[in-house]
Amino acid sequence: MYRLSFPAIQRTLSSLLLLAGFPAYAVDFQQDIQPLLADRCFACHGPDAAQRKGKLRLDQEADAKESAIVAGAPDTSELLKRILSKDPEEQMPPPESQKAPLTPEEAALIREWIAEGAPWKGHWAFTPPTKTPLPPVQHAAWPRNDMDRFILAKTEARGLTPAPEASRETLIRRVTLDLTGLPPTPEAIDQFLLDNSSDAYERLVDRLLASPAYGEHLARTWLDGARYADTNGYQNDFHRVMWPWRDWVIGAFNDNMPYDQFVMEQIAGDLLPHATESQRIATGFNRNNKSVTEGGSIEEEWLVENLVDRVETTSTLLLGLSMGCARCHDHKYDPISQRSFYEFYAFFNSTEDRGFYQETRGNAGPQVQLPSFQQQQQLAKLDQAVADTKKVLEEARATGRGDYDAWLSGLASPATMETVPTLEAPLNGTLAIANRAEEGTAAKPAWKSGPLGSVLALDGTAESTVALGQTVTLKRTAPFSIALWVRPETTGALWSKMDESQDYRGIDALVTGNGNLEVHMVSKWDSDALKVAANDVLTLGQWSHVAITSDGTGKAAGLQLFVNGTSVATTVLHDSLSGPIDTEEPFRIGQRTASTYLKGEVAGLSVFDVALNESQWNAHIDALFATLLPETIPDNLAEVLREYHGRRVALHNRPYQIAVDAATKARNDFAKDIPSVMVMQERAEPRPTYLLQRGAYDAPDTSEVLHPNTPDFLPPLPEGAPHNRLGLAQWLVAPENPLTARVAVNRFWQMTFGKGLVKTAEDFGVQGSPPTHPDLLDALAVHFVESGWDVKGLFRELVTSATYRQSSELTEQLRTLDPENRLYARAPRYRLTAEMLRDNALAISGLLTAKRGGPPAMPYQPPGLWEELAGGASQGPYKQGTGEDLYRRSIYTHRKRTVPHPTLSTFDAPSFEVCLARRGRTNTPLQALALLNDTTYVEAARHLAQRMLLEVEGDMNERVDYGFRLATGRLPTPSERNTLRQGLEAYRAHYSADPDAAAALIANGESDVPSAIPSAELAAYMPLASVLLNLDETLTRE
Amino acid sequence: MDALKFAQQINRRDFLQRSGCSLGAAALGLLGMQKAGASTKSIEEAATHIAPRAKRVIYLFQSGAPTQIETFDYKPGLKDLDTTELPDSIRMGQRLTGMTSGQANFPVTASRFSFAQHGQSGMWLSELLPHTASIADDICVIRSMHTEAINHDPAITFCQTGSQLAGRPSMGAWVAYGLGSANQNLPTFTVMISRGTGRQGTQPLYDRLWGSGVLPGRYQGIKLRAGEEPVLYLANPAGCSTQVRRQMLDQLRDLNEQKYTVAQDPEIRTRIEQYELAFRMQSAVPDLTDISDEPEHILEMYGPDVYKPGTYARNCLLARRMAERDVRFVQLYHMGWDHHDNLPDHLTKQCRDTDQPSAALVNDLKQRGMLDDTLVIWGGEFGRTVYSQGKVTDTTYGRDHHPRCFSLWMAGGGIKPGMVHGETDDFSYNITKDPVHVNDLHATILDCLGLDHERLSMPYQGLDVRLSGVEERHPVKAILA
Repeated sequence: MYRLSFPAIQRTLSSLLLLAGFPAYAVDFQQDIQPLLADRCFACHGPDAAQRKGKLRLDQEADAKESAIVAGAPDTSELLKRILSKDPEEQMPPPESQKAPLTPEEAALIREWIAEGAPWKGHWAFTPPTKTPLPPVQHAAWPRNDMDRFILAKTEARGLTPAPEASRETLIRRVTLDLTGLPPTPEAIDQFLLDNSSDAYERLVDRLLASPAYGEHLARTWLDGARYADTNGYQNDFHRVMWPWRDWVIGAFNDNMPYDQFVMEQIAGDLLPHATESQRIATGFNRNNKSVTEGGSIEEEWLVENLVDRVETTSTLLLGLSMGCARCHDHKYDPISQRSFYEFYAFFNSTEDRGFYQETRGNAGPQVQLPSFQQQQQLAKLDQAVADTKKVLEEARATGRGDYDAWLSGLASPATMETVPTLEAPLNGTLAIANRAEEGTAAKPAWKSGPLGSVLALDGTAESTVALGQTVTLKRTAPFSIALWVRPETTGALWSKMDESQDYRGIDALVTGNGNLEVHMVSKWDSDALKVAANDVLTLGQWSHVAITSDGTGKAAGLQLFVNGTSVATTVLHDSLSGPIDTEEPFRIGQRTASTYLKGEVAGLSVFDVALNESQWNAHIDALFATLLPETIPDNLAEVLREYHGRRVALHNRPYQIAVDAATKARNDFAKDIPSVMVMQERAEPRPTYLLQRGAYDAPDTSEVLHPNTPDFLPPLPEGAPHNRLGLAQWLVAPENPLTARVAVNRFWQMTFGKGLVKTAEDFGVQGSPPTHPDLLDALAVHFVESGWDVKGLFRELVTSATYRQSSELTEQLRTLDPENRLYARAPRYRLTAEMLRDNALAISGLLTAKRGGPPAMPYQPPGLWEELAGGASQGPYKQGTGEDLYRRSIYTHRKRTVPHPTLSTFDAPSFEVCLARRGRTNTPLQALALLNDTTYVEAARHLAQRMLLEVEGDMNERVDYGFRLATGRLPTPSERNTLRQGLEAYRAHYSADPDAAAALIANGESDVPSAIPSAELAAYMPLASVLLNLDETLTRE
Repeated sequence: MDALKFAQQINRRDFLQRSGCSLGAAALGLLGMQKAGASTKSIEEAATHIAPRAKRVIYLFQSGAPTQIETFDYKPGLKDLDTTELPDSIRMGQRLTGMTSGQANFPVTASRFSFAQHGQSGMWLSELLPHTASIADDICVIRSMHTEAINHDPAITFCQTGSQLAGRPSMGAWVAYGLGSANQNLPTFTVMISRGTGRQGTQPLYDRLWGSGVLPGRYQGIKLRAGEEPVLYLANPAGCSTQVRRQMLDQLRDLNEQKYTVAQDPEIRTRIEQYELAFRMQSAVPDLTDISDEPEHILEMYGPDVYKPGTYARNCLLARRMAERDVRFVQLYHMGWDHHDNLPDHLTKQCRDTDQPSAALVNDLKQRGMLDDTLVIWGGEFGRTVYSQGKVTDTTYGRDHHPRCFSLWMAGGGIKPGMVHGETDDFSYNITKDPVHVNDLHATILDCLGLDHERLSMPYQGLDVRLSGVEERHPVKAILA
């Protein structure tokens, strides 16, 4: 039999107790009958309408009693008849259902219950908790508080007596571990042992609750539930920053934030009036879900998965409800319809974050930035720089003749030009063509009518270009200016006077790349040459006015490039010109000597024997336009004018724009390293929510839009509460909500007693295990709410009880009668959690550092673990920390979901992928290997050995005693001491005979080895220390 | 039910929570790792639902999704249609990944590799798989596999755990849970990983693929790594000899026994046993991974890579050695099959990595008489599209993810040898006969092991969690021997 439900086990246990001669108790519907019906019958006769057989429903009293159950008459009740039937056609559950038939004991219970009138109650967890009177007890002196009365009453009813109180050493170690996750120091133990006052223990508890370690310890359980991790969890599993939320949780516990507020802020802190930064950070709770970045993923699909995850996490952790079951169909056991599921889902279907962030590393979606004080100051500086450069840009724009119409009308009276061109080919296209004939080259220039008049069309071949003979003289030592209009379609030479065969002697202006402009002045390429370039200043296919000026110095600094009359910034690529540049080659348009042919159009060449400046170029061009402008401007010319003007303004503003861009980039680069945390934020318009058929993202039932609402079997939203996350948050912590307080109290009980009063902390539904002490759970829940949801107060009540203070030693009677300790007639005894194990070893050895909060720590991890699984886009190998980063509390250990840290995962920590309300507690050989061989623990053993040797002034016995006490909180018995001494003597003999082994052993770990201790002595104490760290007692909360 | 049964169940319940030392657990064959001292159950004695044909599984997972069109699903008709547009009647508007959904064209691309018939069944196999061709009479090729996911992470998670979403137990964990351990000193479920030579910058893997999900943590797969320390923390720290370690464990046992006399907690005894088991593992694992006792002719079967630790070939050999030692579930992953571009080159290399060792493993098991009770599975997480991602040239074409059909093969315990199951259309796009859902494959694997996939379940949050999911699924009877 592979499947056995929790209630069945519970029932079985009761039967066993019954059989073993313990007093019978009346059949209890909730304890005894409902779990049976749920387990065996509800799948076909429960809330799921689609699966219901024979129209019979056994989860509702009225339906059940209408036909199947005749109260008081078991033999005429169809229910019992079918259960007892041997006929495969009649028998229930039917053989093909895979449900186990009811045992005779179980059938007898049903009979008895029907005979008693089949009293019915709604599911316990769905009705509000109420305070019942304290039960009477015989041993009235035992209880220390109300809670103990409930425990004792049940213990006595079973004929058991509570265990004696644990020793004071055990008590202080237990309560210190339970409240802070750390062992008590020897000083704390001494202080407690010497304190004879009657409230010594209570004051100890208060000290522990006030310790910052308390919040760190409590956060662990909450982080499991909130599936908190430091990576996004899917595929390449990129890092993310959510630790500010983790620190928020720790802080909230330490501040004893009331639990209702704790819940409210995490669910809907962003929607609270005047939400603070802290309240927005709290909403990171529901951004901890995994998020997809894998290329090719489908947004809608993963949006749905994220939302389902939020429903499951919220309902499991806060309500103890497995709402996820109703994603595809009505819940089979609890009255949660599929529609209710999607109405609950609608609360979350209105946030800004997306389902899929393509290959996005780091945080994505709505975030809050959290700069430190220094970062704030630096950021303010950088913001100021951005503002300053923007201001300069604005001023440049204002003076840049930015207005097109004003410029156009200004053309009517252009500024007069003082300088006169030495050569000018007018824009109407009669480009000194005669000169070409003079040159005698094959002349086939094509003239074409364009907006600037007739223009020269270049087709990218030699035939189409023009040579102007020796009309232009260009010298390195004499100033000049050359300008023309060009509409380039490809790269090529604008013009040249260059002899390629003579080491490129001469000058050219080229269009290269994507609208780049390059100018060469060459005596001998490339040893005696000058070259400057401006990137992205021309637009292919658009007209530009391009001018080059040289001041006659022959230096790069003396060469200027102007586009549309505006000086453009250049990059100097060569600046070694010193020789002459003179050449006999003609001045050519559209090519070099015999290459680099341009395709496009050119017009209007002007050459000057001076170097014109920006305003002169503007005047020159404006004058050209002025002579050209007709009464009405045709469209194609208007286009050129606009383009010209736009480019001119843009180019004029370009250096200022570059400054703004640079300042903005510097600001953003800095801001990128400021931690942020992902948070919830509402969209302007919620997405419409539909019921998804079979839960499939691509099968919405669009016939009806669903709106946010809570399940109908629970109280409605509080009066006036909005139908959004804020309303949901208010509903969760409303006094009439029957689940939230019970689930919380049960979780805190689980943290104190190892398992919950409701063992299935994640499931308070019909399939969950019923509480062992329902009245106690209710009393605690009611009191918790009345106390103002005081978490520390609740812990104080739990750990100061007589129940808590019992010894955990097991007797034969208890082992037989109550192996699971469901009656609490002793204290539970169990292995520490993964985090506590490591923290315990670090604390015992003195390695633990007190650094709190901040980015995750990277403690020792065997090399290669990340790389083995990583694909192509991994974020590199694990970078082990140094110094104190190696010895921080485990709550701060980096959590990579696809490769959980082995010190955690070996000891049942989850991979933090989904909400987990309780961990398993296994005992495996891999754990033994880790505790014996992991550098973490080997180094801890060395430090424990160092403490024994350095902190004790005395003999070997005293050193052994000290080490044992550090590890267990008590002194060894003479027999234990003897065993330890014998071991130590053997190790001593071994390592004094083998100095190399001693040297190797003490070299384990990054920390320094104290030189004051002889190697062999330190090595001999290390195996002893390791044994102490591996004692069952050291690993166990007793 | 009698009192002993009750006690066993309670023990088992307790065991599942804390794996205490409970007779019941051992009797039910549920130990993830056999505890010392208890009478170890032979592999035959594990409790099963139905008559088992396989006792152990070796799963050769090809991560990244190999193309079926160049390997197992022969489509001669594609040659004539090469570079023509995929007809809409084939695609039928089915969803594509975001990587090709924006493509303007979907050019049909024929295999650039030739096929020939092999074995008595005349099975068509690619020239890339000459060694696999030599075992054609031992394997059953399924050409009609299909899955629900179209991206790697969800698809591989689905294949290995039965659910696209994280948090479910992996296949190996289910088998370890259902059948328990059959050996004293080694893990029940092991994992080995190798990197392909076919594509650099490959798809990652995730610990969850061999995780225990809602089952107790002890059922998770133990990763065996190439190098000095095959299991994490297996080696004593530097300067700690076996002799010192033995003394430490003796001392520890002595002290823990003293504690037990006071506290009476059975967990203490379990802990003592786990420490002893750990000690034995420290020699059993190196013994397993040390291949110096393998004769040359065996090593040669697996090909030249076998001499390199961490290769697929070495892992196949280690898988056989584990099978001999009755490790229940051996899971290999070979990375590098995600061929969106340069498929001919990458695929050739991947096949070179895996063809010979995979065939050698089957042959080696067979010659030792172990193929009859060892189930071997070779396959990836989905198939690849008949149309090219990007431009079609003879050397650079690629294929996108295709969940609607893919091929894999099974061999050994419980599987009919020398047959092909299922058919796809002329484009290897849609299945035309005998579809096998991934969850059906799960049901089939469990069936071979004697486990009923509907009964191997764990109640969790109101749901009976199963490897084969919540929908109705069936073992593929047609391929079961």
